[in-house]
Amino acid sequence: MATEGTYYVPAQSKWPIIASIGLFLTLLGAGMMMNDMTAGVKDSSAHYVFYAGGLIMAWMLFGWFGNVIQESRAGLYSAQMDRTFRWGMFWFIFSEVMFFAALFGTLFYVRVLAVPWLAGEGDGAMTHEMLWPNFIADWPLMVNPDNDLFVGAADVVDPFHLPLLNTLLLVASSITLTLAHHALRANDRYKIKLWLIITLILGTAFLFFQVEEYIEAYNELGLTLSAGIYGSTFFLLTGFHGAHVTLGAIMLAVMLVRVYQGHFEADNHFAFEAASWYWHFVDVVWVGLFIFVYLV
Amino acid sequence: MTSVTDTASSHEHDEHHHGPAKGLMRWVLTTNHKDIGSMYLWFSFIMFLTGGAMAMIIRAELFQPGLQIVEPAFFNQMTTMHGLIMVFGAVMPAFVGLANWMIPMMIGAPDMAMPRMNNWSFWILPFAAVMLVSTLFMEGGGPNFGWTFYAPLSTDYAPPSTTFFIFAIHMLGVSSIMGAINIIATILNLRAPGMTMMKMPLFVWTWLITAYLLIAVMPVLAGAVTMMLMDIHFGTSFFNAGGGGDPVLFQHIFWFFGHPEVYIMILPSFGIVSAIIPAFARKHLFGYTSMVYATASIAFLSFIVWAHHMFTVGIPLIGELFFMYATMLIAVPTGVKVFNWVTTMFRGSMTFETPMLFSTAFVVLFTIGGFSGLMLSIAPADFQYHDTYFVVAHFHYVLVPGAIFAIFAACYYWLPKWTGHMYDETLAKVHFWMSFIGMNLTFFPMHFVGLAGMPRRIPDYALQFANFNEISSIGGFLFGTTQLLFLFIVIKCIRGGEKAEAKPWEGAEGLEWSVPSPAPYHTFTTPPDVK
Repeated sequence: MATEGTYYVPAQSKWPIIASIGLFLTLLGAGMMMNDMTAGVKDSSAHYVFYAGGLIMAWMLFGWFGNVIQESRAGLYSAQMDRTFRWGMFWFIFSEVMFFAALFGTLFYVRVLAVPWLAGEGDGAMTHEMLWPNFIADWPLMVNPDNDLFVGAADVVDPFHLPLLNTLLLVASSITLTLAHHALRANDRYKIKLWLIITLILGTAFLFFQVEEYIEAYNELGLTLSAGIYGSTFFLLTGFHGAHVTLGAIMLAVMLVRVYQGHFEADNHFAFEAASWYWHFVDVVWVGLFIFVYLV
Repeated sequence: MTSVTDTASSHEHDEHHHGPAKGLMRWVLTTNHKDIGSMYLWFSFIMFLTGGAMAMIIRAELFQPGLQIVEPAFFNQMTTMHGLIMVFGAVMPAFVGLANWMIPMMIGAPDMAMPRMNNWSFWILPFAAVMLVSTLFMEGGGPNFGWTFYAPLSTDYAPPSTTFFIFAIHMLGVSSIMGAINIIATILNLRAPGMTMMKMPLFVWTWLITAYLLIAVMPVLAGAVTMMLMDIHFGTSFFNAGGGGDPVLFQHIFWFFGHPEVYIMILPSFGIVSAIIPAFARKHLFGYTSMVYATASIAFLSFIVWAHHMFTVGIPLIGELFFMYATMLIAVPTGVKVFNWVTTMFRGSMTFETPMLFSTAFVVLFTIGGFSGLMLSIAPADFQYHDTYFVVAHFHYVLVPGAIFAIFAACYYWLPKWTGHMYDETLAKVHFWMSFIGMNLTFFPMHFVGLAGMPRRIPDYALQFANFNEISSIGGFLFGTTQLLFLFIVIKCIRGGEKAEAKPWEGAEGLEWSVPSPAPYHTFTTPPDVK
């Protein structure tokens, strides 16, 4: 067992270079796919590059985290290393906070400033007169300034239907996750599994209903990515949030597998804590989304 | 207290305990902060020459009025790529390289906090650079909208290669964020016992604050390019007023990233000259505490001044006023810093070895860049200066004798520690003077043509600007070719030269001078005691 003050410096590792190649291929493939899609290229083979990159990334994550878990279980990590992981995760989540801050900032800027200016408010009188004199500011914006180019949505998602249900699901999942954490600290293995499985079910249900909502928005409401700025911000914010829920759920699923493998001790389980920090973070983002995207 | 440098179970890497592995794979697989630091610095220098070659094309085209060497469309790609490569490929990786080499040694740590992730941060960069530079060879050409890539030039009117430019930016962002997290974790967690925060060298302090800025703003840049990508490929209207969006929104998001970004490129320089000036004035740094607070204040202010880049775009009067006054406030902490450097020199026993020459030039010339920045901060005056060569002169004065000179100073100051040899002082002084003259010759006349109204990013200009542009181009060629001399000096220093002592500079302070030169492959596996 490592003692306080012993800092583990790993030997050479192949994972960083594999990760770089994987990331490069994934993004190269994604870029080729998008360019081919926009250019209308038939039978594009770009997706092979993308999948190859994705597989390499998955292999890398499996191998790299596998190494870290082995080292951790071999007792090579000291309390100082534990603090490194904590700082690392904290600042990673801070970077995510800033990413969502940019997206929320976009929403607020458009709602509070850009759309009213287009309708002639403030210094925007001449803009309004010269560009789209018939444009009326409104939020949710159903009729866009150039409504032929960007056909506005017919209706918006009812916040008290699926979104409210989803809010309850995610808030409940944060509570059940905390219960799992308490069980872990009490070393009650049965209850950890139970609460973690319930958390995962709640998270998956959230994602399922989110997809339902998207299908409804596209098929019944005419609320699409190209429905103007309301659709743009709606899908940007909920879409990136959904991607983060997916990532968080994968993290929690890995934690569940590790619990079944007998990993984690009552006083030493930072991987579990990191995953739960992340889960609480996406939960908080959702509350912001529910208020600012759906409600007001 | 010891550090474990290998897993207990794997013995095939036993040589790792003693020194570096052999062959190419040493560099690919390494987890050693010194190896990674060296790779960062070499990568940065290659990018510096690449971006520099583009600058040479720009200056060759501008040597005379009229179009003679390149097509206007290609000229636009050159200005764009020159800016992007210098910012993301040359300056930022150079500072991360210096951080990698020096921070663990300065705080008495065995390595960076997360050595494997450290190597990943580096190895993303060559791939991102390949993706970025490859856009030049794609159909429709590379990015041609300036390094600030304003929408709708970068969305509706952009070449198809913009998609790959966006993903290159994403990769650079991932690298920067991971690098910054690593640096913060190292500084907060791996300091030797007794190394309290207020005993840290200023280079460590400035990097701590720079890393914080990086984590705060690189995700915002990621958000901006993601929205561009959506506008280009998925029919959204973030930056399209027809759908209720706003092209000005792009500028707000970009500069919310962009202004802290310019401090990311200068704060580590402050740390470097704050180490070098005391060493060669043989005095302690004047006003250490005020330096720390000034750095933190500059970082804070960097978040609330972004719209001074947008005075002419049409923002409300109250915005113009707020951003004007907030910007002027930056002169206060910056003034504190310049005062402290000058006061450190005051009545010191100064000698002017190359690091000190570059640092002294830094203080003088960066101050000139700061003053032209103060001129630009005056909103009504900026209406005149906006998008002229005056702006080009301003930011090259803070970036070339600011960031780049500080990087040169750092290289000369620490080369003996890295290589175990003294560099060739005579050649290095030639490098300094040619860089100093070349740089001023290039950028000083730009103030004049800018104030007279010459617009930036245009391959042609009115006859009246011909003489000053000719001088700028000659200066540019001088500065550019001089950098090959720097390459020669560094290679010569690596291959041999006078043996360097553990502490080759009489007045130098800090833990890095307590280990032999060249620094052993692993330093401070046992943390030193700091009094």
